[in-house]
Amino acid sequence: MNLKDGDKVIAIIDYGAGNLRSVVNAVKSLGYQPEITSSPDDVLSARAVILPGVGAAADTMSNLDKLALVRPIRRFIAQNRPFLGICLGLQILLDGSEEGGWQECLGIFPGRVRKFPPGLKIPHMGWNQVKQRISHPVFEGVPDEANFYFVHSYYAEPEDKSLVAGETDYTIPFCSVIARGNLVATQFHPEKSGELGLKIYDNFIRLALGAGVNAD
Amino acid sequence: MLTKRIIPCLDVKGGRVVKGIKFREHRDAGDPVELAAFYNQQGADELVFYDITASSDDRGIMREVVERTASQVFIPLTVGGGLRTVEDIRQMLEAGADKVSINTAAVLDPAFIARGAERFGSQCIVLGMDAKRVPGADPPRWEVFTHTGADGGHTAGIDAMEWAIQAVELGVGEIVVNSIDADGTKAGYDLELLRIISEAVTVPVVASGGAGTPEDLYQALVVGKADAVLAASIFHYGTYSIAETKQYLADKGIPVRKLIN
Repeated sequence: MNLKDGDKVIAIIDYGAGNLRSVVNAVKSLGYQPEITSSPDDVLSARAVILPGVGAAADTMSNLDKLALVRPIRRFIAQNRPFLGICLGLQILLDGSEEGGWQECLGIFPGRVRKFPPGLKIPHMGWNQVKQRISHPVFEGVPDEANFYFVHSYYAEPEDKSLVAGETDYTIPFCSVIARGNLVATQFHPEKSGELGLKIYDNFIRLALGAGVNAD
Repeated sequence: MLTKRIIPCLDVKGGRVVKGIKFREHRDAGDPVELAAFYNQQGADELVFYDITASSDDRGIMREVVERTASQVFIPLTVGGGLRTVEDIRQMLEAGADKVSINTAAVLDPAFIARGAERFGSQCIVLGMDAKRVPGADPPRWEVFTHTGADGGHTAGIDAMEWAIQAVELGVGEIVVNSIDADGTKAGYDLELLRIISEAVTVPVVASGGAGTPEDLYQALVVGKADAVLAASIFHYGTYSIAETKQYLADKGIPVRKLIN
């Protein structure tokens, strides 16, 4: 089976996120033809789902809600199907965010999204190292402590520390990669992180199109 | 640890890269997409395209350049020059830019910053600030200049530090501080200007104007307290490569991203 030609199995969710184009460009550069969609049915029938994200948690949640995508995304993840969240696509997996007071999020994992402490330049913008806390197929060929491109003002703090696959230091250490079964989410932007960023996409897609990881 | 960013800036006119000396006498230095790919391979941390003419015809050419670049170079790309409306910003982001740099339009209408940040998020709104030292002022101060792309520009009659603080309140996520006095001289950045702006704001500050040697970049990061450094001619004309510049900085203890292999 040639999954690189025509099979619309990799769905990239289009809900108005500013970095959609970059994510599409990155996936296409690897030779895949992703389907860009905002349809709940397409999400549910996809082999893999990529949720890009940049901007504010409140806008992201309200856009997903308007497009009736909240339940399909929850269901897709609950079925341990291959899901990749980027930046806000990681943050909204938690219960809620302190951004703009309090914003309810998807609540896939217990925990909250918090603002960086005062005294730091905000946003945390630029290349920073990801310490790999677990061995995971998404890190294959990616050296430990490799640099990835970040731009965010809030960070995720999941209660279950075993979710933390990657950690990054910005005066405080924070969770920069979440992994659980076939779900992977990165706080950094792999589509803006050069060759190693593309490697993350490639690893995720191979994982998704291959056997995947069993639920634990 | 967050690394310091090295950012080559490509001045673009009619789809080709040029570099001004004190904003004048432009010389052709190549195709922007090819140069972008080259700098990416060399280890550039971000890229800036600055549309120096920014006529409506050129805007279309620039969009096409941005589209081609974004489909083959996977590091952050900022586009600036002549962006005046939320629609201008939208078009550049849609073409594949990650950030837009706004300058004159923000000075003439500060609320433009807020409209852009509200719509697209602060992370993609960069304030480009052209500042010129007020001769003889004690303590030193700098004035903001506008329309610098055309003929050297003219003063907006605003204090640079006050403008930087106001712009952050309005929602910019980063400030590029360009010294008009230093630009094109290759005699080093205006370190005093950098430092007062960097200490006055909570967003990252990018040094611009005056880079002649890797030591100048080092000084901007350490004395000027900049979070990133922008440079054009020292890279374009091959005076120093990005790789050797980063090595120089790393040897002096500055955290920089090094390319693997």
